[in-house]
Amino acid sequence: MIIEIILTIVLIVSLIVAAETRDLLVAIVALGIIGLIVAIYFYLLQAPDVAMTQAVVGISLAAAFYILGVRRTKRFEEE
Amino acid sequence: MKKLKYVYKIAGLAIAVLLGYMLLQALMEIPFGTNRMFVAERFIFEEPYEVGAANTVTAIVVNYRGFDTLGEVTVLFIAATGVALLLHRERGIRLAPTETTLVVKTGARVLLPAVLLVGLYIFVHGHLTPGGGFPGGVIVASALILMYFAYEEYVAPRSMLHLLEGIAGLVFVIVGILGIIVYGRFLQNVFPLGDFGRLFSAGFIPIVYVAIGTKVGSELAGIIHDMIRRGGESE
Amino acid sequence: MSDLGTLYYINVVAMVVIGLYIVLTKRNVLKILIGLDILGTGVNLLIVVIGYIEGGTAPIYTAGISPAKFVDPLPQALVLTAIVIDAAVLAMAISIAVRLYREFGTLDVRKMRLLKW
Repeated sequence: MIIEIILTIVLIVSLIVAAETRDLLVAIVALGIIGLIVAIYFYLLQAPDVAMTQAVVGISLAAAFYILGVRRTKRFEEE
Repeated sequence: MKKLKYVYKIAGLAIAVLLGYMLLQALMEIPFGTNRMFVAERFIFEEPYEVGAANTVTAIVVNYRGFDTLGEVTVLFIAATGVALLLHRERGIRLAPTETTLVVKTGARVLLPAVLLVGLYIFVHGHLTPGGGFPGGVIVASALILMYFAYEEYVAPRSMLHLLEGIAGLVFVIVGILGIIVYGRFLQNVFPLGDFGRLFSAGFIPIVYVAIGTKVGSELAGIIHDMIRRGGESE
Repeated sequence: MSDLGTLYYINVVAMVVIGLYIVLTKRNVLKILIGLDILGTGVNLLIVVIGYIEGGTAPIYTAGISPAKFVDPLPQALVLTAIVIDAAVLAMAISIAVRLYREFGTLDVRKMRLLKW
């Protein structure tokens, strides 16, 4: 129970950071934290297959694609 | 003009919060943690006799709902083709090449077989331990991505990757057609079930997962190659 | 405990709300894609939360655990497919965003107006 409360607070803070920051690389890092917390939730809900797939695909691969996309375009959001 | 932007933000936030509130009210009606299995009861208890895999989720993904997995493999293939078509450019220039140190280069060469082995292990043992074809294939692809990052001039052998990808997809479809030839139903199991819990058990599941792992790995290596080496001006 | 259930539902609703807010309000194409990713991950979490059984274990046959205590394996199979497909669609969407930047010179959706009305 304590673990879930701490993870919920970190999740909500990361969500707000991902929404409001103008630096897209910071948003990608926040997305990675969200994916990690969701993978820990999948493990706590007794779903090891889904946790492994989320950790590999939802965090690493999504962050890699986003970073390659940001490098080819602008890093900061416009006004 | 500035006021207008804040009106949009407040309106968007209000709509999202309203929908979230209604969703929360609906979700509170669902009791958490009660046994609601109807179909899955039959899957869990009949599964050692019909499928023979120790991992129930793998049995559902490959055997009971195998057609959906075929659709998923098709979606991955279409996405890889789409990325290759969209990011087309005549000269493949490397995106902002950075020179890496000797430590990174040597470390990448040492790590490459270890990471490949971990990925191979995960998708070969998909029917016994958690994991399966998809995370195993992505780990195999990440070994190739490591080589891309460590060496400037490294290019994955594209023709061999294309060949592997095509053969792996063909293996999946051929396994399905074998089911039609012997039993009259697509993707019906024709291989022997073997002993429960051993490596060579569960019929065609190891074969299909090896095919899916190879296909996903080579496809993702191809996608990353297209994104790194093509796609327009570097920054 | 019903408190744990409420906590998981609050997590899911927070992800859905903020994902929807990003898609509705933001103007950068890559930011909108981040919002779509958050939305999809929230719904995947919801599906696995619904399949949980109190006091259950992972649905893998191991020595010494009876299959009567398994958690529901069917939502896990659905979410496995959904995560991989989300990543594939994301790869294509980012390629489209890169092409848009090459065409228009900006990633602001309000400046990409080819249809004159």
